[in-house]
Parts: sequence; structure tokens; C-alpha cells
Amino acid sequence: MRELALHLLDIAENSVAAKAKNIRITVQEDTRSDRLKMVVTDDGCGMTPEMVKQVVDPFVTSRTTRKVGLGIPLLKEAAEACNGGLEIQSEVGKGTTLTVDFQRSHIDRMPLGDLAATFLNLLISSPSVNWVFDVKFNDREFVFDDAPIKEALNGCPFTEPAILTFLRQMLESGIESIQPEPSELTNDVSIPVRRRS
Amino acid sequence: MSTVKSLEDLKKLREEALQKRSLKTASGQTQVIVAMGTCGIAAGARDTMKAILDYIESENISGVTVTQTGCIGLCEREPIVMVVIGDQPKITYGKVHPETARRIMKEHVGAGKIVNDHVIPM
Repeated sequence: MRELALHLLDIAENSVAAKAKNIRITVQEDTRSDRLKMVVTDDGCGMTPEMVKQVVDPFVTSRTTRKVGLGIPLLKEAAEACNGGLEIQSEVGKGTTLTVDFQRSHIDRMPLGDLAATFLNLLISSPSVNWVFDVKFNDREFVFDDAPIKEALNGCPFTEPAILTFLRQMLESGIESIQPEPSELTNDVSIPVRRRS
Repeated sequence: MSTVKSLEDLKKLREEALQKRSLKTASGQTQVIVAMGTCGIAAGARDTMKAILDYIESENISGVTVTQTGCIGLCEREPIVMVVIGDQPKITYGKVHPETARRIMKEHVGAGKIVNDHVIPM
């Protein structure tokens, strides 16, 4: 996958598969600490510690236990190549939180990509989930919560053209509104100093 | 097109959308399903989905339900899109990149004509 936003879409699908009712996605870019962090929190069925171990290892995951396939190992590898890592906290019956972080300026870090497209995709394809998207760049933040929108729509599906336009514009303009000034991107292209073995 | 901002605007949109939809769905539900497993996403399913949504927006098509499914075991043929119109049998399409997605929306969803060169026999 070529974008972190695509990985996010993939990871969030795991939460949907875990029958989550509420899923929160946080994307946090900070140029001062030079980190890029993404968190997916759900209240789905959760996993035992053994299952958590299995989903991060592509060689242990088997077809029969398959709830998650290659998605998580791929993202973990991408993060570890960028002085970062991936962590899963999960409790059966409570839910799962997946956190992945990167050195933001690392030369191998994938671009964030089209977050608005990923979010719109999730809203449309899993309408029964309550979605919260929280995107931060340094001190600016855009939060999208679909609960008031669903209430206003009162059963009218998201895929009606006028509603689609509304959602798309809301997501695109919200993400656009927190984009960095050029002066905030001083350490953007730097050479990685250290790689984890 | 002007930007819609408030929830009040959204409620107005809802009324219009529901009116249009009730006219349309009387002739049978149309369902478009995009496979969104890791394989599908890696093969470009998000762009396929986006092309379908953009088509619905730009052509102002009411009454189509767009939804998703996971990996259906045909990873090498991703991106996969399925179309169900009314009680007709489900048609499964493979290698549906945005251009093909627009064709399926136009010819199959719009005019009821199956896009034969991308059909996966099930």
C-alpha cells in the first residue's frame, strides 16, 4: 500500500469485523516532536493476549483463526522501518486500541495520502458504526463525529447524491483547514540517523 | 456548487433526497458492493469506491445503496465489485479500476446492461 490512509482503511475494517459500535480514528502529526501517530479505538469484541500476538505475526496467523490477515504485519513493518512501532491493547468484550507511530520526517515514511477518501469510504461502507475522526496537525485539530449528522438525516442513507456531496465537502474542507504552513515544515526531508535492527 | 455547512441545511437536503429516492426505489433496489479486504484495498478498491461515489454525485443518481464486503477469496481479481438489481442474480465484476467502475455505473446500474468483459463467472 502506498498511503498511510489506505492502511488506516484496512485497520479500521478489522474494527468493523470485530462488530464495534463506536470507532474512533485519531491521526496526529507533530513537527516539533517529529512524530506521526495514528490510533484506532473500537468497542468491538476484543482479543485475548494470544490472539494479539498472532495478528502481528504473519507466519503464525492461520486461515482458521483468521480475523486479521496481512494488514497489521504490513503496517507494523512500515512503522518499524521509520523509527516507530505498532502496539495493540485489547481486552475481550471491551474492545481494542491499535496505535502506530512513525518518525514523521523519516525518508521511508509513506505519505499520509487521501484521508478524506478513507473517511468517506468508512462512513459509506459501515453506516451502522458511530464514527469519530480526529485529525491533528501541531495545535490545529479537526474533529468529525457522524452522530449529529445521522440524527439530522433520520434514516436517509448517506449514498443519496446531495448527502454524499455534503459529507465529502465537510471532510475535505475540515482536513484542508488544518494543513500546515510552509514554515511549519522545516525538518521535512532529512536523512534518517538511526534504524532499528 | 455552494458548500453546505449547517445541520439545518442538511435537514433540507434530506427532504429532497428522500422524495427523489421514494420515486426511484419503487422500481426495485439497486445494490453496489465493493470488496474491501486487505487485498482489495491494496489493489485499489478505495479509488474504485471513490469513482462510484463520484459518479453518483455527478450524475445525481438516487436510490443506489453502496456497501462493502471483506475478502471473498479471489484476491488476484481485485478490485471486485458486485451489483444486485432488484431480484436479478448478483453479478460479480473483477479488475474494476475507476474507469471500469464508471462504465458499470453507467451501463449496468444506469441502463441494465451487464458489462460482460469484466464479469467473473461464479
